[in-house]
Amino acid sequence: MTLTPITPYHYLVLSAALFSIGIVGVMIRRNIIVILMSIELMLNAVNINLAAFSYQLHNAAGQVFAIFVIAVAAAEAAVGLGIILAFYRNKETLNVDEMNTMRW
Amino acid sequence: MASIWLIPLLPGAGAALNGLLGIRWFSRRVSGALACAAIGAAFVMSVAAFVKLVRLPPDSRAIDVVVATWIPQIPLATAHDIGMFSVDWTARLDPLAAIMLLVVTGIGFLIHVYATGYMKDEPRGSYARFFCYLNLFCLFMLVLVLGGNFLVMFVGWEGVGLCSYLLIGFWYEKTSASDAGKKAFITNRVGDWGFILGIFLVFFTFGTLDFREVATAVAAMPRETAGFGVLSLICLLLFAGAAGKSAQLPLHVWLPDAMEGPTPVSALIHAATMVTAGVYMVARNAALFSHAPLVLQIVGIVGALTALMAATIGVVQNDIKRVLAYSTISQLGYMFLATGVGAFAAAVFHLFTHAFFKALLFLGSGSVIHAMAGEQDMQRMGGLRKHMPVTFVTMMLGTLAIAGIPPTAGFFSKDEILYQVFLHNRLLWVIAAVTAVLTSFYMFRLMLLTFYGTYRGPSWTRAASPAAAEQAAAHGVLHPHDAYAHGQAHKDDHEVTHGKADAAVHQWHGPHDSPAPMTFPLMALAIGAIVAGFIGVPRALGGHNAIERFLASSLSVEPVVHDPAAAGLSNPAALGLMFFSVLVAVAGILTARHFYLAHPELPGRLAARWRGAYSLLYNKYFVDELYDATAVRGTFAAARGLFGFDRRVVDGAVNAAASLMQIASWFSHMSDKYVVDGAVNLLAWTTGRCSFLVRRIQTGLVQNYALLMVLGLFAFLTVYLLAR
Repeated sequence: MTLTPITPYHYLVLSAALFSIGIVGVMIRRNIIVILMSIELMLNAVNINLAAFSYQLHNAAGQVFAIFVIAVAAAEAAVGLGIILAFYRNKETLNVDEMNTMRW
Repeated sequence: MASIWLIPLLPGAGAALNGLLGIRWFSRRVSGALACAAIGAAFVMSVAAFVKLVRLPPDSRAIDVVVATWIPQIPLATAHDIGMFSVDWTARLDPLAAIMLLVVTGIGFLIHVYATGYMKDEPRGSYARFFCYLNLFCLFMLVLVLGGNFLVMFVGWEGVGLCSYLLIGFWYEKTSASDAGKKAFITNRVGDWGFILGIFLVFFTFGTLDFREVATAVAAMPRETAGFGVLSLICLLLFAGAAGKSAQLPLHVWLPDAMEGPTPVSALIHAATMVTAGVYMVARNAALFSHAPLVLQIVGIVGALTALMAATIGVVQNDIKRVLAYSTISQLGYMFLATGVGAFAAAVFHLFTHAFFKALLFLGSGSVIHAMAGEQDMQRMGGLRKHMPVTFVTMMLGTLAIAGIPPTAGFFSKDEILYQVFLHNRLLWVIAAVTAVLTSFYMFRLMLLTFYGTYRGPSWTRAASPAAAEQAAAHGVLHPHDAYAHGQAHKDDHEVTHGKADAAVHQWHGPHDSPAPMTFPLMALAIGAIVAGFIGVPRALGGHNAIERFLASSLSVEPVVHDPAAAGLSNPAALGLMFFSVLVAVAGILTARHFYLAHPELPGRLAARWRGAYSLLYNKYFVDELYDATAVRGTFAAARGLFGFDRRVVDGAVNAAASLMQIASWFSHMSDKYVVDGAVNLLAWTTGRCSFLVRRIQTGLVQNYALLMVLGLFAFLTVYLLAR
């Protein structure tokens, strides 16, 4: 069995798949922690893209950018978990359907 | 002599000091001395100015001083073109003004001195107030005299009117005094209305208000012998002002009532100076008046009638000051009679001598009133000759002067007037002669009732016992019908109100001669009443009629010719006329002696016999009643009518407008509420309805939003990819 070389195409497919899973997760899951995790998936799909193109184009800027995204994602996760904690203390649930006070 | 304008300011400064500081802080002695010093200094300066003036050559005797510009050039329409209306504060000293200047300051000074004695029972503040007013009067009178144009004269004219009002109503707690002040002021307004209209017309006609320029312009115009032209109208309006100020028919009613003021005021303002301002003004405009012979005739007739009417009233009055008041009106009538026949110099001459003897008579009557502790009714006097010899002798000299007995001052001036009137108008001369008889009659009636016969007044005791004091005090209260007995009754309540009881006022020791400050002016004026006439000794008696020649440059008039005989009388005829006038005066004296000394019961019998005539005279021809029925009541009725008009028509119009506004505002309110607010609310309601459809998208569920975002993203991508 011969292995076909991995081309940017593969990376893009992987990235698209990851992103789609993330989107679907955000849209259909009710647990807010899972939604947060899905958002992380989407971010990482973007990171894969950045890394892949950085490799192909021999430009380190993409990878540096990916590092930044990871750092921002970490910060986001920290803030997001804080919000979730506060929300949980208020409502005693993590169901996102209960977060509907932004209505008219 | 550039400082003649300082002459009015001296009494002005005295008035300012006494008025601003004196009422609070000066003692009686200080304020009296200040006022006398102010007017005395003005007299000294006037004499100096007079000497300077006499030293000038006769045809250039006029000193003009422009003190300041009052009204700068203002273009105003006149009869011919656009004139420049500009008025300066001009002081002009010419022979006419100089004579008045000496009268005002000289006699004014004597009366100030007299007043320091006469007013000594006044409270301190009131005393200073009196001298403030008196000095203020002198200021305005001197402005009037020295004014070089109509407007400056008018300032003085109104100022003396104001001071006259203030001084008549000096004892303002007394209703009759404040009423008399108002009467004087209002009656003068009627005349002043004519005066100011005359001034307007002078400017409109000549384009200037300066006396000399007007006289020059008039000289170039023809005399209005044929009809009633603009010059006649001017003169008539000016004469209306003069008649008001000088108490001529029909505006004479205020002067008798003006006797409510203190006696020095009556002497200074209502006899010697202010009331002669009318004569002065007419003489000042001699050129103007001599060009309007028709008006001159009116002036003469008014003067003659006033003289006769006032003299007849004076015959039956019992109040000593009222007799003198009517005598003043009568003598002023004489002066106007003289101007009416064009004898302006004779009028000014009589003004000059009259100032002496009438001031003397008033001050003498004040001395009598003082001696009788406020009594003014001559029927309660009599026999005072023994008690007050100085007053008696001086007053007798004044009476001889006014009666026209030679060689007193009144003889010369009155004879000059009679002579001039005889030349021009025989009918007016008859009236003047009758007036002369009446004058000497009522004046000697006054003297005989006051100083001769038996004493008819209240009794007194020499001892200053409380009973005597009570009696004297009660005396003022015992005659409440005597509305003019101001002294005693007034002093009583004055002292009660001011809490300054002066025991001397109540302890009346009987009639006595007055203290030195009051007798000195009497003696000085008596000398004046004798010698003042010598400046105008007529040619028939070997004199030169100096005053007429002196005044000639001021009274530059063409001779008024009424008939060819006016050229003058021969000396024997003039002497005959003179003799006749003396005869007439003596006849009056003898009649008075017959009535009031030899047969004291005769006047009462006559009065009872001709009750109607007596009542007519005693009530002053019912002129006051006539004015009350017409002018006063008419004014009140008009006021009531206008009040009703105000209430019904003007207020009604305002209220109707208010109601209309209310109705209009109701409509406006309704349109605001339903149209404007309705439009706004409709918009809001529509917005709300529309938003109802859209707001369903806002579920508040984050995942819905995310779904929509994704769908949108897909839609965009789809369009992007397919439409490429």
